[in-house]
Amino acid sequence: MNAADALVAGIPLSHGLGVAGILFVLGLAGVLIRRNIIYTLMCIEVMMNAAGLAFIVAASRWQHADGQIMYLMILALAAAETCVGLALVLQLYRRFRGLDLDAASRMQG
Amino acid sequence: MLDLLFLVFLFPLLGFFVLAVSRGHISERTTNVIGIGAVGLAALTTALVGYTFLTTIPTGGAYTQLLWQWMDVPGFHPEFALRLDALSLVMISVVTGVGFLIVLFSAWYMHGEEGYSRFFAYMNLFITSMLFLVLADDLLFVYFGWEGVGLCSYLLIGFLYKDAENGSAARKAFLVTRIGDVAFAIGMWLLVKELGTLNIQDMVAAAHEHWAVGSGVATAAALLLLGGACGKSAQFPLQTWLPDAMAGPTPVSALLHAATMVIAGVYLIARTHGLFLLSPVAMQTVAVIGATTLLIAGLCALAQTDIKRVLAYSTMSQIGYMFLALGVGAWGGAIFHVMTHAFFKALLFLASGSVILACHHEQQMARMGGLRKKLPLTFWSFVAGGAALAAIPPSAGFFSKDAIIHLSYVSGHHGLWLCAIFGAFLTALYTARMIYLTFFGEYRGTTPDAHGHGGEVHRPTGLAHHIPLTVLIIASVVGGFWGLKLIDVLPAAPSGEQPMWLEALPLIVSFAGIAIAWPLFMTFGKTTERLTHHGFGNAIRTLWLHAMGFDWLWDRLLVKPWYWAARFGRRDATDIFGRAVLETGFTHANQLIALTQNGRVRWYAASIGLGAVLILAAVIYS
Repeated sequence: MNAADALVAGIPLSHGLGVAGILFVLGLAGVLIRRNIIYTLMCIEVMMNAAGLAFIVAASRWQHADGQIMYLMILALAAAETCVGLALVLQLYRRFRGLDLDAASRMQG
Repeated sequence: MLDLLFLVFLFPLLGFFVLAVSRGHISERTTNVIGIGAVGLAALTTALVGYTFLTTIPTGGAYTQLLWQWMDVPGFHPEFALRLDALSLVMISVVTGVGFLIVLFSAWYMHGEEGYSRFFAYMNLFITSMLFLVLADDLLFVYFGWEGVGLCSYLLIGFLYKDAENGSAARKAFLVTRIGDVAFAIGMWLLVKELGTLNIQDMVAAAHEHWAVGSGVATAAALLLLGGACGKSAQFPLQTWLPDAMAGPTPVSALLHAATMVIAGVYLIARTHGLFLLSPVAMQTVAVIGATTLLIAGLCALAQTDIKRVLAYSTMSQIGYMFLALGVGAWGGAIFHVMTHAFFKALLFLASGSVILACHHEQQMARMGGLRKKLPLTFWSFVAGGAALAAIPPSAGFFSKDAIIHLSYVSGHHGLWLCAIFGAFLTALYTARMIYLTFFGEYRGTTPDAHGHGGEVHRPTGLAHHIPLTVLIIASVVGGFWGLKLIDVLPAAPSGEQPMWLEALPLIVSFAGIAIAWPLFMTFGKTTERLTHHGFGNAIRTLWLHAMGFDWLWDRLLVKPWYWAARFGRRDATDIFGRAVLETGFTHANQLIALTQNGRVRWYAASIGLGAVLILAAVIYS
């Protein structure tokens, strides 16, 4: 067991999950409150990383590789999501001359 | 060679599909190649199959080709099978042969019309359905074709749909025949329930096993089938749709409403003759309906002013003769008349189409006249077709109609025979009137009317016009020399003796009709007109002009009560409940839910979050 593992092993599961939960709620709050689309995307990123953290914590608690694999998948997912998100940012800026997400509500859903 | 039989319907079916998917994006020339070529190939295949059939007649006099099993449930196995025997061979020859000539004529008639390829697509679909109808070995399959031709009739009557009147004529034809079709369908259910099969041969054999002659069920089944036949063949009391069906282009009237579709009823009765033989009551009804229709239609034809409506009523009256023949047991005579009638009535309709186009879409005979010199081929078409219609020897119509009149006498139906004789007189009278008014005297349409109809006559040109007329003239004149050998399929006609002077009577009344028509409508035409436009004469003429008031009767008996019921139904009690509770409730619920669809992404994210929390809570606390 190396040093980093020992450090993680020393942290109780509830603390790790608590941090992940706080991060997730912060991200969700950001998504709900901010109208700027760049902040929305960043907050989504935070939420994803919160989920990833929960996986890592669980993996280290049970000494299981699945959680780490899931984190890699979340990473790839986040990269893809960012691509789409940035394309949306560009389009939004072009169409509406601004980054206000609520401006793009003309279709009524 | 006989196994090529399926190609007969496959060619027009393919023609229909190709023309239908092209959606009018192809030229008239390509349409001609596909639309006429497909029917031509079908006619060639028919000739080939027919030749093989006649040279080596299969055992039992019939060849059956099973295409596939339609459905297979215990106690009911309808098949998609084609049956070729002498009867269906006559029918497919008429459908594809006369059909080909009419489709060829359409290339001339419809030239430059909007929806040119749509017209040929419908014509091909019609010929396919008609071939299904006459080749089917199973009543359910017959019904399939039966409804198919009904659909095509609707589509083609309403072909020029931009005129609202054409649309309502199409709907009328569809709905009135539907009354008969419902009777036909109920008849089929009765047969399935009682006999367990719809295969025509098996069904008839089973009927003879299970039912005695004159039994109630047999009579009911036969009368229900007769109802379907009456609707399709425009017989009393469902005859009102046929004159209005003349709203379609003239080749349509020639093919559907004269030569082929309207004789489907005659074919159906001849095909199921075994069933009708079990019920003397039904046979008698068929004969009486035929005689009634031929008299009503003959009288109505006398008063018509529109050349196509004269022909429509004459079609009705000739089908009346066929029904009369079926009713007195002259099965072969009826089918023989079907064939000759297809020749001469197709000829008359095509020739009338030629007249109508030559006079710039004028259909009123009052604005024709003197066309004998201007349109010689058309005139001779009318003479040949008219002679056949009025049963003047040696034309085809003479042989077939004379046989029917003769057989109705020798079978002992003397009252009906008298009707037939009087009908023959009427036929000659209105045929002669039509030809005299159209082709003799002075041309009365020199100046175009408000719609641009009439005016200078222009002579039709082109092979697509000349060939069909010429071939049909020949067929109408010599088509009756060879009788049909239907003895394998249909029972023999009644035989007996008739006094010599009665034998000659139909001929005498025909000539009398033609002779009387000249003074009545030409020499003293003005006097006749004055007499029929005042007082009693006017009342009779109006009654005949409006088809004996049957339209009025149906309007009072069915249409008005239906509208009344619809209006009543609109104000019923359940609606009040529905409007008060359901309608307002749903409207409010809809408005509430529509609020959530506001297009704001953050709102949606909040909903997702809330939903996730709720679901988690439900999972944890349950």
